[in-house]
Amino acid sequence: MSSADTGTEVTEEAPAVDERRDAIVAAVAARLGDAVVGSHVEPGVDVWVRVTRDGWAEAAQAVHDLGFTFFDFLSAIDWYPNIHGKNEEPPTNPITVPATSAELEHGVTGGETRFQLIARVFSPEQKLGVHLRCDLPDDDLSAPTWSRIYPGADWNEREVCEMFGIDFPGHPNLVHLYLPGGFEGHPLRKDFPLLARHVKPWPGLVDVEAMPGEPDDDAEAEGSEAE
Amino acid sequence: MTVTEHERAFITSTLSESRINLEIESDGMTLNLGPQHPATHGTLRIIVKLDGEQIVACEPTMGYMHRGYEKLCEFRTFPQVTTLVNRIDWLSHFANEVPFILAAEQLMGVEAPPRAQYIRTVFFEMARLGNITLFLGEMGLQLGAMTALFYAFRDREHVLNLLEAVTGGRFHPNFDRIGGLKDDLPKGWIDETKAVMKKIRGFCDQMETLVMGNEIFQTRTRGIGVIPKDVALGYGLSGANARASGVDLDLRRDNPDIAMAWKHADFKVWTHPDGDSFARYWVRLQEVRESTHIIDQLLDGIPAGPIMAKVPRIIKVPAGEAYVQTENPLGWMGYYVVSKGDLGPFRVKIRTASFNNVSVLPWVAKGLYVPDIVTVLASLYFILGDIDR
Repeated sequence: MSSADTGTEVTEEAPAVDERRDAIVAAVAARLGDAVVGSHVEPGVDVWVRVTRDGWAEAAQAVHDLGFTFFDFLSAIDWYPNIHGKNEEPPTNPITVPATSAELEHGVTGGETRFQLIARVFSPEQKLGVHLRCDLPDDDLSAPTWSRIYPGADWNEREVCEMFGIDFPGHPNLVHLYLPGGFEGHPLRKDFPLLARHVKPWPGLVDVEAMPGEPDDDAEAEGSEAE
Repeated sequence: MTVTEHERAFITSTLSESRINLEIESDGMTLNLGPQHPATHGTLRIIVKLDGEQIVACEPTMGYMHRGYEKLCEFRTFPQVTTLVNRIDWLSHFANEVPFILAAEQLMGVEAPPRAQYIRTVFFEMARLGNITLFLGEMGLQLGAMTALFYAFRDREHVLNLLEAVTGGRFHPNFDRIGGLKDDLPKGWIDETKAVMKKIRGFCDQMETLVMGNEIFQTRTRGIGVIPKDVALGYGLSGANARASGVDLDLRRDNPDIAMAWKHADFKVWTHPDGDSFARYWVRLQEVRESTHIIDQLLDGIPAGPIMAKVPRIIKVPAGEAYVQTENPLGWMGYYVVSKGDLGPFRVKIRTASFNNVSVLPWVAKGLYVPDIVTVLASLYFILGDIDR
């Protein structure tokens, strides 16, 4: 096979339609109704379902009842651009900050707000996992806790709370997990600077220049230099 | 009515939850365990509240080793991240690199050539051997049996020497690249590896009689720290901890879509119905044996060909999201990678095995006696770097 000879495999032979994962989306949508606001199926790879914040706790119960009893993880994504850049000198990436959160670049399931929760649960019978997403309004960063349905969510929510400043009403013990008690700020937010890089810029990032004597006609190389 | 040890442990833990202690009624006291760990897996502090000698509440305190890898990853380019993630669980080194590289490859639409997949899988299993052989000896140490540890160090050395011969690093190989591997295997390495696999199997036999056959070891582990199946699932316990509770899950078998060579090997996934500390030791011992057989089979079937796919010199990963999870020595490890088409990732969520495995500790410790918590901690087997990240 020619692709094997060159050592490159451009596309995986994935089925265009993934019935098992489509069925998951349909089952969750049937249970939650209007609370499902978006979904994305990557055939043969993964599945995402985005629900409203009011449906967040019910979504956990729904997937738990559907057999997704294995709790994988719960975390959050801050879609705000990395306004501190990578602290390279001079900055190669001009940062543009959109006026509203809805204009931010969101991932596969879209979104309206700056912060999104993401959780993954797994079904031991089907051997499949599903990602659940939900938007958190900018003026009220809170979501109902999952820890009553999935006890493993307890520590994950504590971590999200200290790292992103998201509140989980109903959580039994929402105190810092890693950070010392008096720590100020939420380190995984994009506007929290990585102070070590301010003190001493890291030299590793400039290490992507072309080697001397090499022809510089590589499209990728030019793309990165223009940036 | 006869009550099995399994049921008795469960009843004891339920009783203590409602603070009924039939033997002693006292005000209780607080005991601080750690932060030093007897086997230096890191610094974990555990605050236990006691009623007499029974534990009524247990609160692990972490963060002494939190290095902020999720934040640091946002400031690195994709190839540079492997150096970081090597150090998450320092005993699983190579196994930590693989899921991240696979996630980046999935976003780029690149797949490593078959030979690279085979070698990757062999190294992955060798990380497992190095990790779990140490556990097999070190659990004995934590229960007061010193000898087993020296055997474990002796035989782990063979595995580390093999890794060093190929990668140059004993603990941090940093060998995996997007699209393949850094180098091919040196001459004669395959025969040498097969000889070492025999030694590791011999080591397993030794541990079976020396540790598992020991009466004291059995008394201290059987029926201690029972984790039922539904609790294991709810807390997200994975790897040998879950399989010891009867959860028949192993991503090496259950996730054949990823570009690794486990699908070409024939191996058995061992589970144990008891869910106690003894079961966790037993399952890991079998896992090491199976692992040596996987390596033997893969080395026999290793195909010729290139070890690197064609990837651009400057790696830019297209925008998208990918989550790749593998069965690491300690359990499931996954990277949720969000890319915006830059040189580096936009966000990396690292799902580590020990984090979920240890989160069950407050549940399981209730109703145990103080020495038992050492047994449970040893058998849950965690690396602090894997919890704190």
